Amino acid sequence: MKKISVEVNGKKVTKEIQDHTILSVFIRENLNLTGTHVGCDTSQCGACVVHVDGKSIKSCTALAADVDGSKITTIEGIAKNGNMHPMQEAFKKLHGLQCGFCTPGMVMSAIDLLQNNKKPSDTEIREWLEGNICRCTGYQNIVAAVKEAASKM
Amino acid sequence: MKTFNYHSAKDVKEASKLSSSNSAYLAGGMTTIPSIKLGLASYRDVIDIKGIKSLSGIKVSGKSVKIGATTKHVEVAKSKDVKKAIPSLSALAEGIGDPQVRNRGTIGGSIANNDPSADYPSACIALNAVIHTNSRKIEAEKFFKGMFETALKSGEIIEAIEFSIPQKSNYQKYPNPASRYAIVGVYVAKHKSAVNVAVTGAKSCVYNDKDLSKALSNNFSSSSVDAVRISSSEMNSDVHASAEYRANMVKVFAKKAVEAC
Repeated sequence: MKKISVEVNGKKVTKEIQDHTILSVFIRENLNLTGTHVGCDTSQCGACVVHVDGKSIKSCTALAADVDGSKITTIEGIAKNGNMHPMQEAFKKLHGLQCGFCTPGMVMSAIDLLQNNKKPSDTEIREWLEGNICRCTGYQNIVAAVKEAASKM
Repeated sequence: MKTFNYHSAKDVKEASKLSSSNSAYLAGGMTTIPSIKLGLASYRDVIDIKGIKSLSGIKVSGKSVKIGATTKHVEVAKSKDVKKAIPSLSALAEGIGDPQVRNRGTIGGSIANNDPSADYPSACIALNAVIHTNSRKIEAEKFFKGMFETALKSGEIIEAIEFSIPQKSNYQKYPNPASRYAIVGVYVAKHKSAVNVAVTGAKSCVYNDKDLSKALSNNFSSSSVDAVRISSSEMNSDVHASAEYRANMVKVFAKKAVEAC
Protein backbone atom coordinates (compact mmCIF):
# COMPACT_ATOMS: atom_id res chain seq x y z
CA MET A 1 0.00 0.00 0.00
CA LYS A 2 1.08 3.54 -0.68
CA LYS A 3 -0.15 6.92 0.50
CA ILE A 4 -0.48 9.54 -2.23
CA SER A 5 -1.40 13.21 -2.03
CA VAL A 6 -2.78 14.93 -5.10
CA GLU A 7 -4.79 18.02 -5.86
CA VAL A 8 -7.91 17.03 -7.77
CA ASN A 9 -10.02 19.80 -9.30
CA GLY A 10 -8.55 22.24 -6.81
CA LYS A 11 -9.07 20.09 -3.71
CA LYS A 12 -6.24 18.38 -1.86
CA VAL A 13 -6.77 14.66 -1.44
CA THR A 14 -4.67 12.09 0.42
CA LYS A 15 -5.52 8.42 -0.08
CA GLU A 16 -4.06 5.05 0.67
CA ILE A 17 -3.85 2.98 -2.51
CA GLN A 18 -2.44 -0.29 -3.74
CA ASP A 19 0.84 0.18 -5.62
CA HIS A 20 -0.58 -1.09 -8.91
CA THR A 21 -3.68 1.16 -8.92
CA ILE A 22 -4.26 2.65 -12.36
CA LEU A 23 -5.01 6.38 -12.37
CA SER A 24 -8.39 5.99 -14.11
CA VAL A 25 -9.43 3.45 -11.45
CA PHE A 26 -8.24 5.79 -8.69
CA ILE A 27 -10.27 8.67 -10.16
CA ARG A 28 -13.44 6.63 -10.71
CA GLU A 29 -13.42 4.25 -7.76
CA ASN A 30 -11.45 6.01 -5.01
CA LEU A 31 -12.60 9.54 -5.77
CA ASN A 32 -16.01 8.64 -7.27
CA LEU A 33 -15.42 11.02 -10.16
CA THR A 34 -17.12 8.92 -12.81
CA GLY A 35 -17.08 11.60 -15.51
CA THR A 36 -13.72 10.19 -16.60
CA HIS A 37 -14.70 7.25 -18.77
CA VAL A 38 -12.83 4.06 -19.52
CA GLY A 39 -13.46 2.83 -23.04
CA CYS A 40 -10.79 0.63 -24.56
CA ASP A 41 -8.56 0.60 -21.45
CA THR A 42 -5.55 0.20 -23.79
CA SER A 43 -4.71 3.89 -24.45
CA GLN A 44 -6.28 3.99 -27.90
CA CYS A 45 -9.68 5.62 -27.43
CA GLY A 46 -9.01 8.64 -25.23
CA ALA A 47 -12.26 8.54 -23.22
CA CYS A 48 -10.12 8.61 -20.05
CA VAL A 49 -8.14 11.77 -20.85
CA VAL A 50 -7.50 14.01 -17.83
CA HIS A 51 -4.96 16.76 -17.20
CA VAL A 52 -1.99 16.11 -14.95
CA ASP A 53 -0.08 19.29 -14.14
CA GLY A 54 -1.87 20.98 -17.03
CA LYS A 55 -1.07 18.39 -19.70
CA SER A 56 -3.53 15.90 -21.17
CA ILE A 57 -2.74 12.26 -20.56
CA LYS A 58 -4.60 8.97 -20.78
CA SER A 59 -5.44 8.03 -17.22
CA CYS A 60 -5.86 4.34 -18.13
CA THR A 61 -2.13 4.22 -18.89
CA ALA A 62 -0.67 5.86 -15.79
CA LEU A 63 -0.26 4.66 -12.26
CA ALA A 64 -1.89 6.63 -9.47
CA ALA A 65 1.39 6.24 -7.55
CA ASP A 66 3.40 7.97 -10.25
CA VAL A 67 1.27 11.14 -10.20
CA ASP A 68 1.79 11.58 -6.46
CA GLY A 69 2.14 15.30 -5.74
CA SER A 70 0.53 16.37 -9.03
CA LYS A 71 -2.45 18.54 -9.85
CA ILE A 72 -5.17 16.57 -11.63
CA THR A 73 -8.08 18.10 -13.51
CA THR A 74 -10.98 15.94 -14.61
CA ILE A 75 -14.10 16.82 -16.61
CA GLU A 76 -15.83 17.64 -13.30
CA GLY A 77 -13.27 20.37 -12.61
CA ILE A 78 -13.61 22.65 -15.62
CA ALA A 79 -16.98 24.36 -15.03
CA LYS A 80 -16.61 27.54 -12.99
CA ASN A 81 -19.28 28.81 -10.59
CA GLY A 82 -21.95 26.67 -12.18
CA ASN A 83 -21.10 27.88 -15.69
CA MET A 84 -19.91 25.41 -18.29
CA HIS A 85 -16.41 25.75 -19.68
CA PRO A 86 -16.47 27.38 -23.15
CA MET A 87 -15.46 24.01 -24.62
CA GLN A 88 -18.45 22.31 -22.98
CA GLU A 89 -20.72 25.16 -24.17
CA ALA A 90 -19.48 24.75 -27.72
CA PHE A 91 -19.95 20.95 -27.71
CA LYS A 92 -23.52 21.49 -26.46
CA LYS A 93 -24.34 24.28 -28.88
CA LEU A 94 -22.98 22.53 -31.98
CA HIS A 95 -24.06 18.99 -31.07
CA GLY A 96 -20.48 17.81 -30.70
CA LEU A 97 -21.74 14.63 -29.09
CA GLN A 98 -24.21 11.88 -29.70
CA CYS A 99 -24.05 9.16 -27.04
CA GLY A 100 -21.58 11.22 -25.00
CA PHE A 101 -19.26 8.42 -23.97
CA CYS A 102 -16.17 9.89 -25.63
CA THR A 103 -17.09 13.46 -24.71
CA PRO A 104 -15.18 13.89 -21.43
CA GLY A 105 -11.96 12.80 -23.13
CA MET A 106 -12.68 14.87 -26.26
CA VAL A 107 -13.30 17.99 -24.15
CA MET A 108 -10.21 17.52 -21.96
CA SER A 109 -8.03 16.80 -24.99
CA ALA A 110 -9.43 19.80 -26.93
CA ILE A 111 -8.79 22.14 -23.98
CA ASP A 112 -5.16 21.03 -24.01
CA LEU A 113 -5.02 21.72 -27.76
CA LEU A 114 -6.08 25.32 -27.19
CA GLN A 115 -3.43 25.68 -24.47
CA ASN A 116 -0.87 24.78 -27.16
CA ASN A 117 -2.46 26.42 -30.17
CA LYS A 118 -4.99 29.22 -29.68
CA LYS A 119 -6.35 29.23 -33.23
CA PRO A 120 -6.02 25.72 -34.66
CA SER A 121 -7.05 24.92 -38.22
CA ASP A 122 -9.46 22.07 -39.00
CA THR A 123 -6.48 19.88 -39.88
CA GLU A 124 -4.66 20.73 -36.66
CA ILE A 125 -7.79 19.92 -34.65
CA ARG A 126 -8.18 16.57 -36.43
CA GLU A 127 -4.52 15.74 -35.95
CA TRP A 128 -4.66 16.63 -32.27
CA LEU A 129 -7.75 14.49 -31.73
CA GLU A 130 -5.90 11.50 -33.18
CA GLY A 131 -5.99 9.84 -29.78
CA ASN A 132 -9.71 10.35 -29.19
CA ILE A 133 -12.13 8.00 -30.86
CA CYS A 134 -15.84 8.74 -31.29
CA ARG A 135 -17.79 5.66 -32.30
CA CYS A 136 -20.95 7.63 -33.13
CA THR A 137 -18.78 9.13 -35.92
CA GLY A 138 -19.56 12.64 -34.80
CA TYR A 139 -16.25 14.19 -35.80
CA GLN A 140 -17.63 16.98 -38.02
CA ASN A 141 -19.48 18.59 -35.15
CA ILE A 142 -16.66 17.92 -32.70
CA VAL A 143 -14.23 19.79 -34.94
CA ALA A 144 -16.76 22.60 -35.37
CA ALA A 145 -17.22 22.77 -31.59
CA VAL A 146 -13.48 23.03 -30.95
CA LYS A 147 -13.27 25.88 -33.52
CA GLU A 148 -16.20 27.63 -31.88
CA ALA A 149 -14.58 27.30 -28.45
CA ALA A 150 -11.30 28.64 -29.84
CA SER A 151 -13.12 31.76 -31.06
CA LYS A 152 -14.62 32.29 -27.58
CA MET A 153 -11.57 31.59 -25.43
CA MET B 1 -4.12 -6.96 -13.03
CA LYS B 2 -1.11 -8.55 -11.35
CA THR B 3 0.16 -6.72 -8.31
CA PHE B 4 3.66 -5.29 -7.97
CA ASN B 5 5.65 -3.06 -5.65
CA TYR B 6 6.07 0.48 -6.93
CA HIS B 7 9.30 2.35 -6.22
CA SER B 8 10.21 5.87 -7.23
CA ALA B 9 13.98 6.11 -7.56
CA LYS B 10 15.75 9.36 -6.66
CA ASP B 11 18.86 8.69 -8.69
CA VAL B 12 20.38 6.15 -11.07
CA LYS B 13 22.28 4.45 -8.27
CA GLU B 14 19.13 3.83 -6.27
CA ALA B 15 17.25 2.59 -9.34
CA SER B 16 20.04 0.21 -10.20
CA LYS B 17 20.20 -1.07 -6.60
CA LEU B 18 16.45 -1.78 -6.61
CA SER B 19 16.60 -3.76 -9.85
CA SER B 20 16.50 -7.53 -9.98
CA SER B 21 15.66 -10.28 -12.45
CA ASN B 22 12.01 -9.69 -11.52
CA SER B 23 11.81 -5.92 -11.96
CA ALA B 24 11.18 -3.36 -14.68
CA TYR B 25 12.13 0.27 -15.00
CA LEU B 26 9.19 2.57 -15.63
CA ALA B 27 9.60 5.78 -17.61
CA GLY B 28 6.53 7.00 -19.53
CA GLY B 29 4.93 3.60 -19.17
CA MET B 30 3.31 3.74 -22.61
CA THR B 31 4.21 0.10 -23.27
CA THR B 32 5.07 -1.21 -19.81
CA ILE B 33 1.71 -0.35 -18.25
CA PRO B 34 -0.45 -1.84 -21.04
CA SER B 35 1.81 -4.93 -21.08
CA ILE B 36 1.23 -5.47 -17.36
CA LYS B 37 -2.51 -4.77 -17.69
CA LEU B 38 -2.87 -7.24 -20.54
CA GLY B 39 -0.95 -9.91 -18.63
CA LEU B 40 1.87 -9.94 -21.20
CA ALA B 41 4.39 -9.05 -18.51
CA SER B 42 4.53 -9.25 -14.75
CA TYR B 43 7.11 -7.97 -12.30
CA ARG B 44 7.61 -8.05 -8.56
CA ASP B 45 9.02 -4.53 -8.59
CA VAL B 46 8.33 -1.58 -10.87
CA ILE B 47 11.01 1.08 -10.51
CA ASP B 48 9.90 4.52 -11.66
CA ILE B 49 12.83 6.52 -13.06
CA LYS B 50 10.80 9.56 -14.19
CA GLY B 51 11.81 11.54 -11.12
CA ILE B 52 15.56 11.24 -11.78
CA LYS B 53 16.46 14.74 -12.93
CA SER B 54 19.81 13.84 -14.52
CA LEU B 55 18.03 11.56 -17.03
CA SER B 56 15.98 14.31 -18.64
CA GLY B 57 16.91 17.15 -20.95
CA ILE B 58 18.34 18.07 -24.35
CA LYS B 59 21.87 19.25 -25.08
CA VAL B 60 22.92 20.36 -28.54
CA SER B 61 26.59 20.83 -29.34
CA GLY B 62 28.26 21.48 -32.67
CA LYS B 63 28.30 17.85 -33.70
CA SER B 64 25.61 16.10 -31.72
CA VAL B 65 22.21 16.23 -30.09
CA LYS B 66 22.17 14.45 -26.74
CA ILE B 67 18.77 13.61 -25.33
CA GLY B 68 18.23 12.31 -21.79
CA ALA B 69 16.47 8.95 -21.55
CA THR B 70 13.32 10.19 -19.81
CA THR B 71 12.86 13.19 -22.12
CA LYS B 72 9.32 13.07 -23.42
CA HIS B 73 8.39 12.96 -27.11
CA VAL B 74 6.62 16.33 -26.78
CA GLU B 75 9.83 17.91 -25.46
CA VAL B 76 11.84 16.63 -28.42
CA ALA B 77 9.08 17.70 -30.83
CA LYS B 78 8.93 21.22 -29.38
CA SER B 79 12.64 21.81 -28.83
CA LYS B 80 13.85 24.69 -31.01
CA ASP B 81 17.41 23.41 -30.65
CA VAL B 82 16.49 19.96 -32.01
CA LYS B 83 14.42 21.50 -34.80
CA LYS B 84 17.39 23.60 -35.84
CA ALA B 85 20.03 20.86 -35.58
CA ILE B 86 18.07 17.83 -36.86
CA PRO B 87 14.62 18.88 -38.12
CA SER B 88 13.77 15.30 -39.13
CA LEU B 89 14.19 14.17 -35.52
CA SER B 90 11.71 16.70 -34.17
CA ALA B 91 9.30 15.77 -36.99
CA LEU B 92 9.65 12.10 -36.02
CA ALA B 93 8.87 12.90 -32.38
CA GLU B 94 5.83 14.95 -33.45
CA GLY B 95 4.51 11.94 -35.37
CA ILE B 96 4.61 9.40 -32.53
CA GLY B 97 1.24 8.14 -31.30
CA ASP B 98 -1.05 10.97 -30.24
CA PRO B 99 -0.65 14.09 -28.06
CA GLN B 100 -1.33 12.17 -24.83
CA VAL B 101 1.26 9.52 -25.69
CA ARG B 102 3.75 12.27 -26.57
CA ASN B 103 3.05 13.94 -23.22
CA ARG B 104 4.12 10.78 -21.36
CA GLY B 105 6.22 8.55 -23.61
CA THR B 106 10.00 8.84 -23.48
CA ILE B 107 12.83 8.31 -25.94
CA GLY B 108 14.68 5.94 -23.61
CA GLY B 109 11.56 3.85 -23.09
CA SER B 110 11.01 3.65 -26.81
CA ILE B 111 14.45 2.34 -27.63
CA ALA B 112 14.71 0.06 -24.57
CA ASN B 113 11.48 -1.59 -25.70
CA ASN B 114 12.70 -1.85 -29.32
CA ASP B 115 9.27 -2.45 -30.82
CA PRO B 116 9.82 -3.55 -34.44
CA SER B 117 7.52 -0.72 -35.58
CA ALA B 118 8.73 2.05 -33.28
CA ASP B 119 10.03 5.27 -34.82
CA TYR B 120 13.02 6.20 -32.64
CA PRO B 121 15.14 3.08 -33.34
CA SER B 122 15.34 4.13 -37.01
CA ALA B 123 16.60 7.57 -35.96
CA CYS B 124 19.26 5.93 -33.80
CA ILE B 125 20.55 3.84 -36.71
CA ALA B 126 20.36 6.60 -39.32
CA LEU B 127 21.94 9.24 -37.09
CA ASN B 128 24.81 7.02 -35.83
CA ALA B 129 23.52 7.33 -32.29
CA VAL B 130 25.50 6.32 -29.24
CA ILE B 131 23.43 4.95 -26.37
CA HIS B 132 24.87 6.06 -23.04
CA THR B 133 24.03 3.73 -20.16
CA ASN B 134 25.04 3.76 -16.50
CA SER B 135 27.97 1.47 -17.35
CA ARG B 136 29.01 2.00 -21.00
CA LYS B 137 28.41 3.51 -24.42
CA ILE B 138 26.78 1.36 -27.11
CA GLU B 139 26.64 2.13 -30.83
CA ALA B 140 23.11 1.98 -32.22
CA GLU B 141 24.05 -0.69 -34.78
CA LYS B 142 25.05 -2.97 -31.89
CA PHE B 143 22.20 -1.95 -29.59
CA PHE B 144 19.15 -3.25 -31.48
CA LYS B 145 19.47 -7.03 -31.37
CA GLY B 146 16.09 -8.35 -32.50
CA MET B 147 12.37 -8.13 -31.87
CA PHE B 148 11.94 -6.38 -28.48
CA GLU B 149 15.56 -7.28 -27.79
CA THR B 150 18.48 -4.94 -27.10
CA ALA B 151 22.07 -5.15 -25.93
CA LEU B 152 21.02 -3.90 -22.47
CA LYS B 153 21.97 -6.20 -19.63
CA SER B 154 19.70 -6.89 -16.69
CA GLY B 155 19.51 -3.78 -14.54
CA GLU B 156 21.37 -1.56 -17.01
CA ILE B 157 19.80 1.89 -17.41
CA ILE B 158 19.86 4.07 -20.51
CA GLU B 159 20.95 7.56 -19.47
CA ALA B 160 21.01 9.39 -22.79
CA ILE B 161 20.98 8.98 -26.54
CA GLU B 162 23.51 11.00 -28.53
CA PHE B 163 22.71 11.59 -32.22
CA SER B 164 25.25 12.82 -34.77
CA ILE B 165 24.01 15.89 -36.62
CA PRO B 166 23.86 14.96 -40.32
CA GLN B 167 24.23 17.26 -43.32
CA LYS B 168 20.72 16.37 -44.43
CA SER B 169 18.07 13.96 -43.24
CA ASN B 170 14.42 13.03 -43.54
CA TYR B 171 12.03 10.46 -42.09
CA GLN B 172 9.03 9.07 -43.97
CA LYS B 173 6.49 6.65 -42.59
CA TYR B 174 3.16 5.14 -43.26
CA PRO B 175 1.53 5.02 -39.81
CA ASN B 176 -0.86 2.32 -38.76
CA PRO B 177 -4.14 4.26 -38.74
CA ALA B 178 -5.03 3.03 -35.22
CA SER B 179 -1.73 2.96 -33.33
CA ARG B 180 0.38 5.38 -35.43
CA TYR B 181 3.26 2.91 -35.23
CA ALA B 182 5.10 2.64 -38.54
CA ILE B 183 3.77 0.01 -40.94
CA VAL B 184 6.92 1.03 -42.79
CA GLY B 185 9.23 3.88 -41.85
CA VAL B 186 12.43 4.95 -43.61
CA TYR B 187 14.97 7.35 -42.14
CA VAL B 188 17.58 8.70 -44.55
CA ALA B 189 20.55 10.62 -43.18
CA LYS B 190 23.44 12.01 -45.21
CA HIS B 191 26.55 12.35 -43.12
CA LYS B 192 29.87 13.73 -44.33
CA SER B 193 31.35 10.25 -44.71
CA ALA B 194 28.34 8.15 -45.77
CA VAL B 195 24.58 7.87 -46.06
CA ASN B 196 22.48 5.70 -43.73
CA VAL B 197 19.07 4.34 -44.65
CA ALA B 198 17.36 2.91 -41.58
CA VAL B 199 14.15 0.96 -41.95
CA THR B 200 11.56 0.27 -39.24
CA GLY B 201 8.26 -1.62 -39.31
CA ALA B 202 9.30 -3.79 -42.24
CA LYS B 203 11.16 -6.63 -40.48
CA SER B 204 11.32 -8.10 -36.98
CA CYS B 205 13.85 -5.44 -35.99
CA VAL B 206 15.01 -2.06 -37.25
CA TYR B 207 17.94 -2.34 -39.68
CA ASN B 208 20.30 -0.34 -41.86
CA ASP B 209 19.60 -1.21 -45.49
CA LYS B 210 23.19 -1.56 -46.65
CA ASP B 211 22.31 -1.65 -50.37
CA LEU B 212 20.32 1.57 -50.22
CA SER B 213 22.92 3.19 -47.98
CA LYS B 214 25.69 2.25 -50.42
CA ALA B 215 23.80 3.41 -53.51
CA LEU B 216 22.97 6.75 -51.89
CA SER B 217 26.49 7.17 -50.54
CA ASN B 218 27.75 6.89 -54.12
CA ASN B 219 25.15 9.25 -55.54
CA PHE B 220 22.71 11.06 -53.27
CA SER B 221 19.81 11.19 -55.69
CA SER B 222 16.39 9.52 -55.61
CA SER B 223 17.20 7.89 -58.94
CA SER B 224 19.92 5.85 -57.15
CA VAL B 225 17.15 4.05 -55.28
CA ASP B 226 15.62 2.67 -58.51
CA ALA B 227 18.49 0.29 -59.20
CA VAL B 228 18.40 -1.27 -55.71
CA ARG B 229 16.48 -4.50 -55.34
CA ILE B 230 14.66 -4.91 -52.01
CA SER B 231 13.85 -8.51 -51.18
CA SER B 232 10.57 -9.22 -49.42
CA SER B 233 11.78 -12.54 -48.02
CA GLU B 234 12.33 -11.39 -44.40
CA MET B 235 9.62 -8.75 -44.40
CA ASN B 236 6.65 -8.79 -42.03
CA SER B 237 3.33 -9.77 -43.53
CA ASP B 238 0.07 -9.12 -41.74
CA VAL B 239 -3.49 -7.87 -42.16
CA HIS B 240 -2.18 -4.32 -42.67
CA ALA B 241 0.42 -4.95 -45.35
CA SER B 242 1.95 -7.88 -47.21
CA ALA B 243 5.70 -8.50 -47.31
CA GLU B 244 5.78 -7.44 -50.99
CA TYR B 245 3.96 -4.21 -50.18
CA ARG B 246 6.40 -3.43 -47.38
CA ALA B 247 9.39 -4.15 -49.63
CA ASN B 248 8.02 -1.78 -52.22
CA MET B 249 7.27 0.91 -49.61
CA VAL B 250 10.89 0.82 -48.43
CA LYS B 251 11.90 2.04 -51.89
CA VAL B 252 9.04 4.51 -52.19
CA PHE B 253 9.87 6.08 -48.84
CA ALA B 254 13.63 6.03 -49.44
CA LYS B 255 13.02 8.06 -52.63
CA LYS B 256 10.60 10.41 -50.92
CA ALA B 257 13.00 10.94 -48.03
CA VAL B 258 15.91 11.74 -50.38
CA GLU B 259 13.73 14.17 -52.33
CA ALA B 260 12.60 15.85 -49.08
CA CYS B 261 16.19 16.24 -47.79
